[in-house]
Amino acid sequence: MATLWRAVGPDGTARLLKRPKLGPGSHPACFAGFETERMVLARLGGPHVPALIAAGDDCPDDSGPWLLEEWIGGPSLADAARRAPLPEAEVVRLGMAVATALHAVHRQNVVHHDLKPQHILFRDDGTAVLIDFGLAVHGELPDFAADAADGAREMPLGTPAYIAPEPLRGERGNPKSDIFSLGVILYLLATGRLPFGAPESRGGMRRRLWLDPPRPRALRPELPEWLQEIIMRCLAVLPENRYATAAQVAHDLAHPEQVVITARGRNLQGGGWRAAARRWWKTVTAPPPVRRAAAEQLARAPHVLVAIDTEHDTAELAAAMRQVVRRAASADFLARITCVNVIDAALSAGQEESAELERGQRTQRLMALHHWARELALAPERLRFHVLEGGDAAAALLDYARTQHVDQIVIGAHGSSALRRLLGSVSARIAAEAPCTVTVVRTTT
Amino acid sequence: MKTAILSDVHANLEALSACMAHARRLGAGRFAFLGDLVGYGADPLACLDLIHGEVARGGLAVRGNHDDAALGGLCEDLNFIARDSAYWTRAQLGAAEREFLAALPLQQRDGDALYVHASAADPPAWEYITGLLAAQRCLAATDAAIVFAGHVHQPLLFYTSGDGVKSFEARNGVTVPLSARRRWLALLGSVGQPRDGNPAAAYALFEPAARQLTQHRVPYDHATAARKILAAGLPAMLARRLAYGE
Repeated sequence: MATLWRAVGPDGTARLLKRPKLGPGSHPACFAGFETERMVLARLGGPHVPALIAAGDDCPDDSGPWLLEEWIGGPSLADAARRAPLPEAEVVRLGMAVATALHAVHRQNVVHHDLKPQHILFRDDGTAVLIDFGLAVHGELPDFAADAADGAREMPLGTPAYIAPEPLRGERGNPKSDIFSLGVILYLLATGRLPFGAPESRGGMRRRLWLDPPRPRALRPELPEWLQEIIMRCLAVLPENRYATAAQVAHDLAHPEQVVITARGRNLQGGGWRAAARRWWKTVTAPPPVRRAAAEQLARAPHVLVAIDTEHDTAELAAAMRQVVRRAASADFLARITCVNVIDAALSAGQEESAELERGQRTQRLMALHHWARELALAPERLRFHVLEGGDAAAALLDYARTQHVDQIVIGAHGSSALRRLLGSVSARIAAEAPCTVTVVRTTT
Repeated sequence: MKTAILSDVHANLEALSACMAHARRLGAGRFAFLGDLVGYGADPLACLDLIHGEVARGGLAVRGNHDDAALGGLCEDLNFIARDSAYWTRAQLGAAEREFLAALPLQQRDGDALYVHASAADPPAWEYITGLLAAQRCLAATDAAIVFAGHVHQPLLFYTSGDGVKSFEARNGVTVPLSARRRWLALLGSVGQPRDGNPAAAYALFEPAARQLTQHRVPYDHATAARKILAAGLPAMLARRLAYGE
């Protein structure tokens, strides 16, 4: 589709120069892809995409348009995929990096639509970078790639082994299609096999609309149930049964003990022909989807962090906070709620039995969090619980909010001045420094 | 330099002033008017005064069917309400305004952009671009890379794709790059009489060097504009529709 050059900038840094292969007989989709990449990259920023340095429509030698991008020197995920099956810890580490990068792109209203190991590079610090946005869709810009394919009436847009069911039916712009491809990647890294092979015909690709892939644990029995649960949830045929956001995938990979395991994770076999028939019927009768931009879909699945001080929050404050959480959970039914508490590990450090003591304290706090959330009456898969460590509660919460892509923090304000003097105002610092919306809950007395 | 493109002002001074102030705040250094400067609204003189000033400062303006109607003729192709307002407008215009309107071209080329009120296909026919075929006809009639038109009071963006034309509804405030490998037709919403259900005035900012376009909607005091229409004795329906954008 394009020719690539390694170029050197005036300051000696390496750059990537990309030019489409244009000429008589070249496919119209080729140019559309190039045009799309230029348009989409210009809108994207951050460490998870290559920076667009310059672009133009004419080269001095009159050979047409070009793009100049940042050079990402690191290895490609394809190198790791060749070594698959990989150890569980490596699957988790790579999966988290890719899910984090994917979430960063979705947050900027872009669906990649061609996520595969060859399109994922790593920076030296392990940050994943997604490349090649030729098939991408920006929620607010024209979809040139789809226009070109529409004219050609050819194969679906994507890579056969990784494409999700809905783009096979021509639906584009759903971030959950990328989450399906992420599931294929996780499956490959964990088992060394592609869940649906690499079909060449449209019919071969369409089998994923109803057929279950072999369960990862049937191929590699030592894989944990939670990992199969995560992979199979990414690979759900219907988009609504997949994870709502890539951030949720990253979060579950980071906290396996919190993954709610269902039959999807436990079973060694799929649902058999009955389930396949049911799924086939569902996919052929599914109504045409309401198209929503990626950013809009993400906004419906916020990650809400509830900072609970099990030691000092009064019953009134707890009730008021639950009220706020309940409202958030019912307004966005895909919202995920994480209840956290911070313990000061330094308090017990230095003692003989400190490890023992700390474990006991953690368990106790975890129980208190579960107890706190019981009255919310939310489905277990929507709730997560964490006990964080740190002498500085605000810093621990802020750090968690940053790494776990939290969209809203709910925290109680302590009215009593004596307590506030003692604790310092955690809520005030959170409100000032948080990377997201903060709701400070106060009781009126 | 950023060019603010304003279409179908329709003698609505409140909407025109609000859009011009908004555009200046966003750095517009130049104004282009896509015709139908007068008709329907109660402030033809004040609006023409503002527009004339901008054209004298290096802006541009083209003539629309309502400007034609205000200059003379029987206006048999207009509906009763439009005809009433055309006759009323005609009575307001002085010699200077008539001279200004009569001298306006039907289309104007500016670099690789073409400005026209209805369609480049046959400007004096005042064709409404309501579909892909009409858009394709308009683009086929010119070699300009970008065509700006109004007349239909509904914002919509068309671009060439393969042998045909596709349409795209751009969101307000979102900057759309106009790829140099395609040709574009931007239909603008109306400043003075929006008809897409949103009463806010519509205009667009064009950045020729970067080849990008941003559509904007500006809320304005439509109640005052409506009161002036009623006070002038113009048809009440023209006042009512401003509140609903219909």
